[in-house]
Amino acid sequence: VSSARGGLATVGFAHHGAVGPPGEPRRIAYLYLLPAFAVFGAFVLVPLLHSAWLSLFTWDGLTAGRWTGLANYGDVLADPQLRSAFLHSLVLLVFYAALPVLVGLVLAAALSRRPIRGVAAFRAVLFLPQVVAMVVVAVMWRMIYDPDNGPINELLRAAGLGGLATSWLGDFGVALPAVGLVGTWVMYGLAMVLFTAGVQKIPQSLYEAARIDGAGPVHEFFAVTLPGLRNEIAVALTLTTIAALRNFDLVYVTTQGGPGTATTVPALEVYNRAFRTGEVGSAAAIGMCLAAVIFALTFLINRIAERPAR
Amino acid sequence: MRYRTRVALAAALLGALIGAGCGATPGGESADTAQQEPQRKVDVAKAGKVSLTVWDQNVRGGQSRQIRALNRAFQERYPNVRIERVAKSFSDLNTTLKLAASSNKAPDVVQANQGHPVMGQLVKAKLLRPVDDYAKAYGWQQRYTRVLLDLNRFTDDGKHYGAGNLYGVSQAGEVVGVYYNKEKVPQPPETFSEFEQQLDTAKARGELPIQFGNLDKWPGIHEFQAVQTQFADKQAIRDFVFARNGASFDTAENRQAAATLQEWAAEGFLPPNFNGVGYDPAWQRFTKGQGQFLIAGTWLVGDLEEAMGDKVGFFLMPPREAGAPRVALGGEDLPWAITSKSEHPDVAAAYLDFLTSPDAMRVLVQTGNVPASTAGGAQAPAGSLLAEAIAAWEQINRDDGLVPYLDYATPSFYDQITADIQQMLARRTSPEQFTKGAQGQYGQFLEGRG
Repeated sequence: VSSARGGLATVGFAHHGAVGPPGEPRRIAYLYLLPAFAVFGAFVLVPLLHSAWLSLFTWDGLTAGRWTGLANYGDVLADPQLRSAFLHSLVLLVFYAALPVLVGLVLAAALSRRPIRGVAAFRAVLFLPQVVAMVVVAVMWRMIYDPDNGPINELLRAAGLGGLATSWLGDFGVALPAVGLVGTWVMYGLAMVLFTAGVQKIPQSLYEAARIDGAGPVHEFFAVTLPGLRNEIAVALTLTTIAALRNFDLVYVTTQGGPGTATTVPALEVYNRAFRTGEVGSAAAIGMCLAAVIFALTFLINRIAERPAR
Repeated sequence: MRYRTRVALAAALLGALIGAGCGATPGGESADTAQQEPQRKVDVAKAGKVSLTVWDQNVRGGQSRQIRALNRAFQERYPNVRIERVAKSFSDLNTTLKLAASSNKAPDVVQANQGHPVMGQLVKAKLLRPVDDYAKAYGWQQRYTRVLLDLNRFTDDGKHYGAGNLYGVSQAGEVVGVYYNKEKVPQPPETFSEFEQQLDTAKARGELPIQFGNLDKWPGIHEFQAVQTQFADKQAIRDFVFARNGASFDTAENRQAAATLQEWAAEGFLPPNFNGVGYDPAWQRFTKGQGQFLIAGTWLVGDLEEAMGDKVGFFLMPPREAGAPRVALGGEDLPWAITSKSEHPDVAAAYLDFLTSPDAMRVLVQTGNVPASTAGGAQAPAGSLLAEAIAAWEQINRDDGLVPYLDYATPSFYDQITADIQQMLARRTSPEQFTKGAQGQYGQFLEGRG
């Protein structure tokens, strides 16, 4: 409502207004909200509520469903395979969210410390992974990770490190981090762009002051850049966390959840149950749980970010 | 606006949304279950103007060529019929077919994949029309062996696979055997132990015995069943897949098969990183001379022949006793089925008959496919890989040696068995753990089915 208040005040509806003092919200404001709300309701709220409703049934998607209350949710908690799918996505959080933010910070600090010739070109190249469709990324990384003639293993062998060459997507211990690193590669560009934009907003005087105080580049980063990027970090973490938790395409194309069940993630289970094995209710329940986890984590991130600075 | 009014408005909106989102029991409106009169052959030419919407998955190579040729021929013979074809990839078709068949504008003819996830659910929802009456009228039973007909059968409650009504007919046959590089293997083996000796010799020469990539998860099923079929009784495997006669996965024969494969992996008969290599890169490496053997289905005939010419051959995995009948994993392509909502089931049945007729089988051979029914008597060029594959198909049908894919067994057995085979091949589970684990999931399905 606050934005409507501002909008109305500037349009100057108060001229005709018989109701209330100028600047106060009018009922008509809700009319302006209606189109956006209708779209939001039709494409977000209704499907969300519908999923919540479906999650209370045992339903194959075709014949009449059977009301089973919260049984699907009980299964989500009880099924060890689903629990491990949720655990895997927490591991992916490190690779999708934490690492890209770290890499993005380092790059932003490097690119913004002093003018570099062709900085726009560097930024564009570094941002490129964000632009490529995820399925293309996944197909490409399947080739890169190929144990026999993929470039990673070839490089390792050429460098005399053949002992480190492994079956990246086929080894039970390595597959999940390997998938995660693809996520890092995709997401760091987003973090970097957010941070380089954010750095430009930090007053130069702060940097000058820090330098006069004798701060080196590292100290300067921690004293000026990092606190100045607080909001951008929150935005980057929110976006990357969401991407990490709802990750589907990357796993689907690279490993199908394998080897064994080493890389299964909740979204893959949602897809399998809804479209392949005819367990729509269970799929909806997993989806609701996933949405709840995403909501809780992003809420937490933003609460921490909004805490007043010391 | 007052606070109270605002709350009331919000509540009203939320209520409207909940009403829109929820309410009825999902799938509550019962499907159309009108009783069908037994039908006979009709003269399609006198059926008036008819348009048949057909959903199929023949989008690759020879499959695509054959269906386009046959659709053209059908419409030329019956100018009053229009075929509206919707071609989708295999996985696209499987994931969208249920929605399409349950919609009000359902297609007339669909390729409904065998097994519980697609055909079973469509049958349960009464969305497919049994075709036993047409099969009788057109004599389809004479075109197929018993197991090929069973593969397209379901009881009408959708619970029991491999029994009950016939819901469709298939065009192409497929059998999993062993491709071999003729430059490296002079003579196909006659027994299973001879095959293992050849693996050993290859290894001793520093060559890769079997090319294999299992990153895509499903190729492991073919590897396992190629060995399983040499140990387990064929009827036991069929009973397991069709869930009848108290069949179990946890058997000594299945453990033996698993142990054999683990031994192959330990001996280096399989490439060291097979769980990390995709299916396509694996067979492409085989065409480049990496690997003496490749265990795969006849669907690769076209690709392999194109890449290797006459340097590649095909044989059925040999039995443990010389001269015993062959047993092999295989089946047929997706059956063509008629939807219950089709307004022209008679014309659709005539179309199915046309697609699986002896004439059509000849078109299949001409376009590089292995025809499901050998009634057509068409010959592939002598000495070609296709001719070898067709000969293998004819032999396996003569020997009545086809066993179906394990993943048909339960709605979610695909996920279970592919993950279990990856674990077993990596020797993270013992043969005992492997057979017990898969049996556990299967047992739950049987219990739930009642």
